[in-house]
Amino acid sequence: MASRYLKLLTKPLNDENPITVQVLGICSALAVTVQLKPAIVMALSVTIVTGFSNLIIASIRNTIPPRIRIIVQLVVIATLVILVDQVLKAYMYDVSKKLSVFVGLIITNCILMGRLEAFAMANKPWDSFIDGIGNGIGYGMILIILGFFRELLGSGTLFGYRVIPESLYAAGYINNGLMILPPMALITVGVIIWIQRSINRKLIEK
Amino acid sequence: MNALRKYLDKIKPQFQKGGRFEKLESTFEAFETFLFVPDKVTTQGSHIRDAIDMKRTMTVVIIALLPAMLFGMWNIGYQYHLSVGVHAGLWQNFWFGFLKMLPLIVVSYVVGLGIEFAFAQARGHEVNEGYLVTGLLIPLIIPVNTPLWVLALAVAFAVIIGKEVFGGTGMNILNPALTARAFLFFAYPGEMTGDKVWVYGLKNNPHVADGFSGATILGNFATGTTGHNPSAHDLFFGFIPGSIGETSKLAILIGAAILIYTGIGSWKIMLSMVLGGLLMGLTLNVFAVNDYMRFPAWEQLIAGGFLFGTVFMATDPVTASQTETGKWIYGFLCGVLAILIRVLNPAYPEGVMLAILLMNVFAPLIDHYIVEANVNRRMKRLKRVAQAV
Repeated sequence: MASRYLKLLTKPLNDENPITVQVLGICSALAVTVQLKPAIVMALSVTIVTGFSNLIIASIRNTIPPRIRIIVQLVVIATLVILVDQVLKAYMYDVSKKLSVFVGLIITNCILMGRLEAFAMANKPWDSFIDGIGNGIGYGMILIILGFFRELLGSGTLFGYRVIPESLYAAGYINNGLMILPPMALITVGVIIWIQRSINRKLIEK
Repeated sequence: MNALRKYLDKIKPQFQKGGRFEKLESTFEAFETFLFVPDKVTTQGSHIRDAIDMKRTMTVVIIALLPAMLFGMWNIGYQYHLSVGVHAGLWQNFWFGFLKMLPLIVVSYVVGLGIEFAFAQARGHEVNEGYLVTGLLIPLIIPVNTPLWVLALAVAFAVIIGKEVFGGTGMNILNPALTARAFLFFAYPGEMTGDKVWVYGLKNNPHVADGFSGATILGNFATGTTGHNPSAHDLFFGFIPGSIGETSKLAILIGAAILIYTGIGSWKIMLSMVLGGLLMGLTLNVFAVNDYMRFPAWEQLIAGGFLFGTVFMATDPVTASQTETGKWIYGFLCGVLAILIRVLNPAYPEGVMLAILLMNVFAPLIDHYIVEANVNRRMKRLKRVAQAV
């Protein structure tokens, strides 16, 4: 039993990673990862929304008429996203400002609809919940890696604190301005995919 | 020569399978074929396109680059001595520039070739020749003040992300030298733009001569500072600040003559790019609502890196269009876009790099439609003949 849950939880981290293998949710991954803190908050928000929307949809999956299932799914996701948004606005206003429209856009994040359609509509609530959390972590993991490198190399800070010593700047070090721009985020995602595939050989297409 | 050949033949078995230095096979192969034209021939079918191979082709491009490089070295010294108000002779200027330029070239080659050799070794294929030219192009299109570690980073980026991920020389979509420059331009704008970067040491020089400005003519237009602009004579012969290799249009034209005479650079691309630039310049001259748009079209062509890009960048056989009609379209649009970006976008005083990179992306599409059109034309002809019979 436990091993099945573990598998549901860990599969999206590597073999079925939403960003690096299924290439979903790329736009938010490029947009919110300039700094580490918003990236982590975004990762948490998405994990919570995927987990609970999977749980709710899986619980009522047998009562949803198939023809209007997308609308029902959207209502559930939208409700959860608004809740997350309100919590962020109330307790982390500055981060909420930075994430701006991207919290609202979780509604349209392909990972959510994808998991609901592909998994929650056909599986039990608890399994679906684990699957949602796993996918959220798989997505969040990449976001945090991106946020870490982009903030470190692009601004020389982590969580807003300077980590690259002044002496290095005095010796001629300059922050890499390209890291802050979205194209470099996409290239970084590409490099992560490259590294992942050179370790995990079964992902390479024939 | 004979002794060298004999020596190579003697040590060759050690590098082949089972030999002591088996791991360095592609390294050996690279040096051997660099020194001597390889004697390998195809055994099945015929694939010969030209009498000279890639390494010899690249060497011709290097020779074509030499005038621009030598002038660039002299100009580094000339601009520096001008900036401090010291009069210096020809050799003094050249020697000064040579010493400043040498580290850039060495870093570019060591880092770039190091990565190329490492990739060739890891993947078990031959070392690609492409870097021979790219390694010299990169130092020629950057300001002399570029820090060496920044250059090394840009070279690594260009070789790995611009070339190796696509499969090495011949497979890349973007021109690697321009990829390196684009990386520098966006990652370290402070080192790549402005009026302090083009002359050696101008940023922290307390003894700048009165009235000396390190700004380029395009920089002046972009910031709206008029006044001390160089004459067309200076623009053409290159007594102006700028990226190392781009300043002397005369030296670049000598290079162009070599490339065209040997048939290595496509004259169609060069001519159509100049025409495109000229046409766009004239169009802007017609509207002429600001100083930049009033700048004569023919002077646009000899300002900045337009000519260098035309001769050495746009003609890159890998990233340009392959079809003959495609070359005209590709070159023409390169020219139009270069002037368009230059004049109408105040954030980019120089548009040649972006124009060529953009057209690199579109080159396969242009080729696709040219080939399709040709197929359709022949299909129609076939149908007509079939009906007549």
